[in-house]
Amino acid sequence: MAPMESSTEHKSDHVVPIKTYAVICASLLVLTFLTYRIALVNLGPLNVVVAIVIACVKATLVVLFFMHAAYAPRRTRLVIMAGIFWMLLLLGLTLADYLTRIPVL
Amino acid sequence: MERSGALFGHFRDLDQQKQTASLGMWVFLMTEVMFFGGLFLAYTIYRWKYHDAFGAASRELDVSLGAINTGVLILSSFTMALGVWASEMRKRKLLCIFLIATMVLGGVFLTVKGFEYAQKFEHHLVPGPNFVFPGPESQHAEIFFALYFLMTGMHAVHMIIGEGLLLVLLIYAWKGSFTGGYNAPIENGGLYWHFVDIVWIFLFPLLYLIDLHH
Repeated sequence: MAPMESSTEHKSDHVVPIKTYAVICASLLVLTFLTYRIALVNLGPLNVVVAIVIACVKATLVVLFFMHAAYAPRRTRLVIMAGIFWMLLLLGLTLADYLTRIPVL
Repeated sequence: MERSGALFGHFRDLDQQKQTASLGMWVFLMTEVMFFGGLFLAYTIYRWKYHDAFGAASRELDVSLGAINTGVLILSSFTMALGVWASEMRKRKLLCIFLIATMVLGGVFLTVKGFEYAQKFEHHLVPGPNFVFPGPESQHAEIFFALYFLMTGMHAVHMIIGEGLLLVLLIYAWKGSFTGGYNAPIENGGLYWHFVDIVWIFLFPLLYLIDLHH
């Protein structure tokens, strides 16, 4: 009767245990404290890099576990990867233009 | 439209309906990524161009309030995730409690944000005729505050919309609409709330932290 089952291996009723949420929440709070403390130390240009790397780690934890991407069907992950890819194109190509123009903005 | 319980007629079963709703939500969130991406891009370019002015201007922000708000928002994402769990466990009252907790934490965030904005008005740091910033790069510092208000303002608008969504979800949750085996609206409301959290996860270090060490 069912004509086409696109994701037989994925039923969307996977229940994530509370413990996982608690560990992720605690990690996010620790990372927030860490990024604040590191910001007080002068690392030169590395300050920006460290801040963005920690933010990316935090965002990844939220997407994978709070937003269930780790348990989502592959087509959902494809949408996420495509979204990030296009955002990086937007950022990368525009910055490549602006940051290589020496004179006025 | 033909409908039996939570299932609409054009879906085969509730699982397919839920997966469809989830996919649609993710596609919408990716358009939001592009929207905020443009704002972050503008900020990056101006920060590159007016590096010193942006550093001095960002040190006018209240880091402790920003840090408290980051913690509050992370906790609100936690209670939202617990709400999704409660709906899957079919615990109606627990779901309502977690939705209310999420709304309260969101309210705390917006209140703190309101105090921060009020401070900026008092200190003449709101772009416009009353803007005052010492030093020769006053105009460039004004650009920082224009971007600060635009980015945190758009984030706050998303928070307010999120509070509205949570209120609607709470009313239906109280009636038991999401604890009978179908909880896609709770999951999708959660996706939206977590996305708004992620935006702040990037706003906090970029606006408050990266020039703190000087």
